[in-house]
Amino acid sequence: MLSVKNLHVAIEGKEILRGIDLDVRPGEVHAIMGPNGSGKSTLAQVLAGREGYQVTAGSVRYLDLDMLAMPAEERARAGVFLAFQYPVEIPGVSNALFLKTALNSIRKQRGLPELDAMEFLNLVRDKMKVLGMDDKLLPRAVNEGFSGGEKKRNEILQMAILEPKLAILDETDSGLDIDALKLVAEGVNRMRNAERAIILVTHYQRLLEFIVPDVVHVLSQGRIVKTGGAGLALELEQYGYGWLETEPEALQPS
Amino acid sequence: MNVQIESWEDMALELVPQHLAGHGVPWVTAARQSAFERFEERGFPTKREEEWKYTDVAAIGKRTSLAPDNIPPDPSSEAALFAWTLAQENMHLLVFVNGHFSSELSAVGKLPSGARLESLADVLDANADLPQALFDEQHEHTVFAALNTALTTDGAVLQLAPGVVLEKPVYLLFVASGRGTAVYPRNIFLLGEGAHATVIEHYFGMLEAHNFTDAVTQISLDAGAEMQHCKLIQEGKDAFHVAGIHAEQAAGSRFVSHSFALGGRLARNDITSLLNGTGCHCSFDGLYLLDGKQHADHHTRVDHFAPSCTSREYYRGILDGESHGVFSGKVVVHPHAVKSDAHQSNRNLLLSRQAEVDTKPQLEIFADDVKCTHGATVGQLDDDSLFYLRSRGIDADSARSLLIYGFANDIIGRVEVPEMRTRIEHLVLDRLPQGEQIKELL
Repeated sequence: MLSVKNLHVAIEGKEILRGIDLDVRPGEVHAIMGPNGSGKSTLAQVLAGREGYQVTAGSVRYLDLDMLAMPAEERARAGVFLAFQYPVEIPGVSNALFLKTALNSIRKQRGLPELDAMEFLNLVRDKMKVLGMDDKLLPRAVNEGFSGGEKKRNEILQMAILEPKLAILDETDSGLDIDALKLVAEGVNRMRNAERAIILVTHYQRLLEFIVPDVVHVLSQGRIVKTGGAGLALELEQYGYGWLETEPEALQPS
Repeated sequence: MNVQIESWEDMALELVPQHLAGHGVPWVTAARQSAFERFEERGFPTKREEEWKYTDVAAIGKRTSLAPDNIPPDPSSEAALFAWTLAQENMHLLVFVNGHFSSELSAVGKLPSGARLESLADVLDANADLPQALFDEQHEHTVFAALNTALTTDGAVLQLAPGVVLEKPVYLLFVASGRGTAVYPRNIFLLGEGAHATVIEHYFGMLEAHNFTDAVTQISLDAGAEMQHCKLIQEGKDAFHVAGIHAEQAAGSRFVSHSFALGGRLARNDITSLLNGTGCHCSFDGLYLLDGKQHADHHTRVDHFAPSCTSREYYRGILDGESHGVFSGKVVVHPHAVKSDAHQSNRNLLLSRQAEVDTKPQLEIFADDVKCTHGATVGQLDDDSLFYLRSRGIDADSARSLLIYGFANDIIGRVEVPEMRTRIEHLVLDRLPQGEQIKELL
């Protein structure tokens, strides 16, 4: 579904990603772990189509599409979703209007009819209930005045409504207390299926206790230095990232 | 200056007898004459004057005529207005066409006892009680007010006896249906103790003509009175609109002013309030949405004369093309006005490199123990926000429009009358790419 080959990315002349190779198949859950500054969030943003990064080498294929040639909205319409580490506040635009606009854009692309007001409300209320969200958040401006947990849940709500084929969750666990984390994880697990791939970008192993990945990659200094099963995350939890700094070149992807 | 009206005598002979409000009323004629003399003496302001530094009104002086016209309502415009009238059943509607009250197009409706709502011409003709001092020099904030007094065509008078609460909004619709017309609306709102009213002033230009509107609105609020005032400038593309809205507030009164400058080539609003009694509140807000060569200028002034008053100002501008926005807000806290609480904010969104904003919040404080803040920003659409929306499948144009709409919504959302709020929301969306789609989803 997603094939990243030798991806090099720089920002303002500084190379952040230095040759990423990554293959994700439908149904798989991949975790990308790594210390701060390893390039995790850059990878997530580049995959979602954030402008301002220079791709200096490499390619990204998604469902046989040249993903790097597509603007962010086309990627989203083709089924890519990024849950933001820092969800953006949009003053003056209600959550309801935002969700409706997004959903209709994507449904249109998929050749589905737009939902009417009632259908939309029913859909959103159902999904909100599952995530333990108050529907009073609908008329409020997007993320404005939301607590950290509400913002993260709002990201998962968008994912649940937009039903992506490839979901990338960037540090979705950060800033969540254990109850909120469980709700979010439950929301993500409910979306796991044979067609959908999920990439979890995270610093800590904590989230992976609740969303068990099929594959774990360790990112360090812009490269994937180790790839393994769910057990790799536990090793990281035990030994931390310190060992990466000392001998990054010695490690090869398994 | 190329003004067709050469002298007061010409005007008095040619115009007043024909169609201006209050002809034949001696004090009105005297007030007109002395105001005209003041106008002649001072002439139009130039950019050398501090208050007119950013707004060039020379083009108004170059008009072929400043004389108010007497164009009867055009039947085709009546048809256009009919839809409006229907939609406004739950309001007290007064329609003025090319400056003159049209009783045919108006629907004043039933008023509670103690309320008077009439055209200025009718009030003057009836020799009804109206404070003549409102036409004095002391009430002229700009030279345009002098010109307005001299040439006042007509306007609305709202008088509420103490305690009278007007449930429905008063809707004043000023339509310019002619080409090159000059109109001088004069509105007077006098609210007795504890009286409440909501007034909408809507200026609508039907043609892209060089119309000129010089409007003055005078508001007096007795103790505990409350007025919500919403003004919408939707003049034709080439029109000039200069106006003053001036309130005087007694203790515990509340005045809210919304000002939307969406149309016209040039719009200038001078909005002021005198906080004369303890514990008054005034709140001014406004939105200017400009493109092409449009120019909009909001000049505000709040005078805190009495203790424990609060004043709030929130103005926002959205500027595209080569448009120019001006905000100048002055808050003066006079001696004795202790525990004054004043806040001013002006935020601007520039959508093009050629658009320009001059913003000047000013505080002058002559009292102790006051809380005053002000701030101004000029910025562009935020890249993070755009990316966020686009990452949800929303195309770039719609994403920009949503952000602009959201920015405007902060001001639009303050309007209390739902019909007006929706109307303005739609006018803003009509100007934005993909706005039609957003409208459907609201």
